Order: sequence, then C-alpha cells, then structure tokens
Amino acid sequence: MQTLATRATARTQSPQRRTFEASTPTVARANRPDRDVTTVGVDATRLARALGWFSLSLGIAEVLAPRFVARLAGVRHVRPGLVRLCGIREIASGMMIFGQGKKPRAAMWSRVAGDAMDIGTLAAVASAGAPGARKGALAFATANVLGVTALDVYCAQALGHDRTDSAPGTSIRMERSVVVNRSPEELYQFWHDFTNFPRFMLHLESVRRTGERTSHWIARGPAGTRVEWDSEITADTANELIAWRSQEGADVDNSGIVAFEPRPGGRGTIVRVEIEYTPPGGAAGALVARLFNASPEQQVYDDLHRMKQLLETGEVTRSDAVPKGLGPVRQHAAQGESR
Amino acid sequence: MKATCWHGKRDMRVDDVPDPKILNRRDAIVRVTSTAICGSDLHLYNGFIPTMMKGDILGHEFMGEVVETGPDVRNLHVGDRVVVPFPIACGACLACEAQMFSLCENSNPNAWIAENLMGHPPAGVFGYSHMMGGFAGGQAEYVRVPFADVGPLKVPDGMPDEKVLFLSDIFPTGYMAAEMCGIKPGDTIAIWGCGPVGQFAIASAKMLGAERIIAIDRFAERLAMAADKAGATDTIDYQAQDVLDALKDMTGGVGPDACIDAVGTEAHAPGVLYAYDRFKQALMLESDRPLVLRQAIMACRNGGTVSVVGVYGGFIDKFPMGSFMNRSLTMKTGQCHVHRYMKPLLARIENGDIDPSFVVTHRMKLDEAAEGYAMFSKKQDDCVKVVLTP
Repeated sequence: MQTLATRATARTQSPQRRTFEASTPTVARANRPDRDVTTVGVDATRLARALGWFSLSLGIAEVLAPRFVARLAGVRHVRPGLVRLCGIREIASGMMIFGQGKKPRAAMWSRVAGDAMDIGTLAAVASAGAPGARKGALAFATANVLGVTALDVYCAQALGHDRTDSAPGTSIRMERSVVVNRSPEELYQFWHDFTNFPRFMLHLESVRRTGERTSHWIARGPAGTRVEWDSEITADTANELIAWRSQEGADVDNSGIVAFEPRPGGRGTIVRVEIEYTPPGGAAGALVARLFNASPEQQVYDDLHRMKQLLETGEVTRSDAVPKGLGPVRQHAAQGESR
Repeated sequence: MKATCWHGKRDMRVDDVPDPKILNRRDAIVRVTSTAICGSDLHLYNGFIPTMMKGDILGHEFMGEVVETGPDVRNLHVGDRVVVPFPIACGACLACEAQMFSLCENSNPNAWIAENLMGHPPAGVFGYSHMMGGFAGGQAEYVRVPFADVGPLKVPDGMPDEKVLFLSDIFPTGYMAAEMCGIKPGDTIAIWGCGPVGQFAIASAKMLGAERIIAIDRFAERLAMAADKAGATDTIDYQAQDVLDALKDMTGGVGPDACIDAVGTEAHAPGVLYAYDRFKQALMLESDRPLVLRQAIMACRNGGTVSVVGVYGGFIDKFPMGSFMNRSLTMKTGQCHVHRYMKPLLARIENGDIDPSFVVTHRMKLDEAAEGYAMFSKKQDDCVKVVLTP
C-alpha cells in the first residue's frame, strides 16, 4: 500500500516537495549518528539468542524449583509463588526473543525491565535484613544480575542501532483512518486551522497561529509537565492533504500528515492520519513512552473519533461512565457523578 | 434519586444515586413515569454480557416527562411526555442517514471496546454495559437522554403509558423481526420464544399478512398468550414434541417460509445438546448457546429466511453452515432500528390495530425491581412482562 508520506511527496509541488522529503525519515536520525552492529564487533542477534536461551532455562528452573533457585540467590524465606512469577516473566522474555525474528529489540528491552525488577527485589531483601537472607550469596546474585543487565542493555542498544532496520526503536509512528460524513472541502478547512486540534486531540493544551505556515503548540506531558514546540506546514494541497512538522529546538520532535479521500457515491470522506514523534531519551525514552501510553495507536483512534463526533454532531459524545467522552479515562459506574 | 443498579450476577439493588445531569448540549433529562424489565436485561442479570461494573444503572425501556433540556434541543419542551428508543442515535452519521439507528457511529463513546470484540461497533444503548457506551439506564426516577432532538417520540395526550411504553423496544423489535421475514400472503412463519418480543413478532407477522403462525415455547401460559392474544395459529411445546418433526408435520415436510429466533443467547432445550452447550459455556469455550439458531436453520424451508432478534453477545459453536449454505437460506439480524418504527407503530396503536399492553402480567414499584428481576428470570407466577413505576 502506498503510504501517506509517498503520496505527499508525489502530489505536492516541487518547493514543498523538497521540504517534505526532508521530514520523511525518522526525525531522530538527524540528531544521533547511527552505528552499525557489525562495527562494534559482536553479532547482536547471536547475543540476543544466547540471552534468550538463558531466559528460557532460568525461567523453567524458577517455575519448577522455586525454592532451590531462591536458595542459590541467597534468599530463603521468599514465597515460591513470587519466584514462579519471575520464572514466567523470564520464559515470556525468552519466547519473545525467539518470536521476534532477527531483531528482537522489544524483547531485549523487556529483559532489561525484568533485570530492573530483580535488582529491586534483591535490594529490598538485603535492606530489609530479611530472615534467611545470606549476605554472601545475596551479593553474588546481585553482582550476577548487574552483569547480565549490562549485557542486556548492550544487546538491546546494538539491535536498536542497526542501520538495516527501517524503523529504529526511538520514534513512535501511528497510522489510522476514519470516515466522516462531510465533504473533503469541509474537512480540509477544519484541519487547515490548527487551532482546532486541541478540540479533539486531548493531549494538546493549545495551538496558536504564528504565521502563514507556522504555529506554536503546547501539549500536556507526563506528571503535569508541559512541552512546547513550533510547527511548520511542510505540504499543503487544497482539499487533499496537509503535512506539518516541528521545527528545530522542539521539546518533542514530531510530524503529521492528514489526507482526505472522497468515498465513492458521496458517502463521506476517508480521513487518513499518520503521526510520528520522538520521545526524548532515545530508545529508553521510547520504551518509557510505550510503557506509560499502552497504545499510541489507541490515542490516534480516540482523537479521530472525537473529530468525527465534533464534525458530525457538533460535540464530543459523553456518557455517564465516561463523562469526558472517549479517551484514556478510567470508566466509572454508569450513573451520574456526585456533585 | 432511586435507581436499579447492577451489583453482580443475580444481584440487583435499588440504590440512592446522584441525579443525572446534562452533559451534552443535545441532552434532555426525563422524569421516568413507567419503565420495564426487558428479556435482554436478564442476560445482564445472569452475567452473560461482558464489561459491566458495580453500580451501573440498568433499563432501556422507559418513558416519562421532560424536565430539563440542553440548549440545542429545540423540538422538546419541559412537560412533554415522551417515549425513548433504546438505541442512542445522533441522526447525522452515515448509519443514521441510512436509517440504521442501532448502528449510529457517534453515540457510543466506548465504541473501541465493542470494535475489539465485534470488528465494528454498534450504537450506544441505555443501561446495557460499558461496551455499549456506559449510559445510565431508565429503571430510575430520572434519566439523561442524549441526542434528545433525535430519539424521543412525543406521546399523544390521554394515551396511557402501558399502551405506548413498548414503542421503546419490544414492539418495534418484534415488528422488525417479522418485517425481516419479507412476508408474502399465504406465508407460514415459525417463532421460537414467546416472551414479550416473540409475542410482538407473532402479532406483527399477523399484521403483515402471514397466514399460518407457529409459536414455540415450553411455558403453557406463554403459548396461551401467543394463541389467544397475539394471534398464533399453532403452538409447539418443545418439551412435549420434537420441534423439527412437528414443523415438518405441520408444513407437509416443506418447513416454514421464515423462522424467527426471539430467544438468543440463553436458549434452553431438552436433551444432550443443551448439556453440551451449557458445559462449553461454563468452560468459556463459547459465550452463547445457539440452540434455537441451529434449530431455526434446520427447520426453515429451502430458500427461506432466518430472522434473528434474540440477543447474542459473542461466539457460538456448531453452526450448521452446510445446511445454511446448500439450501440458499438468508439470515437477517440486528438490534432494532427503533427510531424507524416508532411513528408508524404509534399510528397502528392509535388505529386500534394493536394494544401492546396485552403482554403486561406484573405491575410493581421501582423499589421492588430486584424481586421483579428474580421473578421474570425464573418465570415465576406466569411472569411475561414486568412494568415498574417510580
């Protein structure tokens, strides 16, 4: 299938086309030099597989003989259930590594997350002076986990920097479409006014026009933080397509494309959206962003459906269980809110 | 205010809850004067519909008086008496434009849950799980009605509640079941399930010109109501007779021209098949018991139509696809597009073609909702339909 990006370059006129092509590759690449795995001397894929076998065997041992493994780690009175859970996690990591083909990057980062949990558990046992904790064995186990963690991080990063991978793990890219019972002209006009975006993109606080093709965006970050950037229109074809991208110095590099395609028979318009952003902090930042926002795809789905509700009915639909309308809000019982 | 809240499987309570508020500009608040327990509420009661939460207010069959309107509601005024359709519809999306109101694309803020489960999401429905929008229902003193400029139908003065209350769901649902059969003069129609929807399907099949109408159930009082009040010409007690044999016998071996499933997911049947499906359901290997659906397909004449208005929630097992495909059957289904039928069916009530209140067997106070649910679910005291008044 033709991607929106290629359509954008195909359809736009040459000056715009040049601007847009520059924005198409992942924003992150311009900032960080890529390193090829082969240049660092170790085959990351082989290392990942070895760690995968390690995960599987450790996991099976933890599930089948939790008490024995705990004793080896210097922890005597830990609940076997907890060790078994760790085992299941290890097996899952191992299976993920083998299931993700040649570049099991996400699986390797899941191993890193597991290591962090293990270190936390061992530290908790040590600091609590838990009965049955043998200091020597505990220190030995912790050192081992730290060593494995270093290996895991190295392997995950090496996989992440592999130039042959078309989608480095540092940026998050989402594609979604929705049909709106409005003409492409109406939709183009609505989207062309970026100040409309906060009405349906919940994470945006405001968008202010600063010029013919530029605007200033303020978004809500995690834990009450705010992120800001200036954005510029990079492609613009009346009633067909708009593309934008953040300018130099943005807190979060991001870009977006929206295309409008009339459905046959006048049955509304297909609105296709592609959004890409690079969370700060490289691959680890992207992992954190994914952990905190379980599904960036869902966010775009919600945004698009709010936009559809807004344009078709004039408002975002609310129900008693979700009084703010669809979005990442916890449901409460379907009854009125107490005043 | 008082409202009937779901607290778990077979645990309904009338709780004191906050009054509803206007949340959207096209909302209205209705003071409920009459509300009913629907057969499909029993699927919630018995715990077969996912995405329920403790405290959810149930009820999608209700009517009452408008007490407050949002700034964009211009067709309704405080004091108007209205009956409210159970699906919530915006009136502006492509589905609403095509009169498929129960498939409204904008009324379900939790559409993504249903989309994951069903592929594409249906409309929001009052008091029917979070997957269907998380809207508080009408088995309460007050209810918020979204898109009040689209759904509610004003009721003529002097017409008693019980005559028009069922325009909210079961009368149009039964009517749509019969309409989907594409009845031609001389047709034979078989209807599985003589609950309230089945009764209205029978009455509607008669209104639409079916000549022979065969009602199937196991409760004598329901079969009697089907024959005496709704207009069935024949009845089959499925515990006393083999349904497929009886239908072949009645139709000279051809089978009914159309079959209506007015039972849905919690079907019962004598014998091994019921135990098989009940077992698979208990193990969560299938979510619905398609006993009636299988039988309706096997019974239908070659080239006939199977019309399904009984509610299903998820997945079924042992669907007789070979019979269905090789014999050129057609299946038509759907949650009723109530908005489409309210006015024409109100006209039929006004003409005297039908008085829908014939299905009511029990009248109770809202406070007694829990007893009403238990009685209706167990079919005690010949219960067919419970109407609650606050």
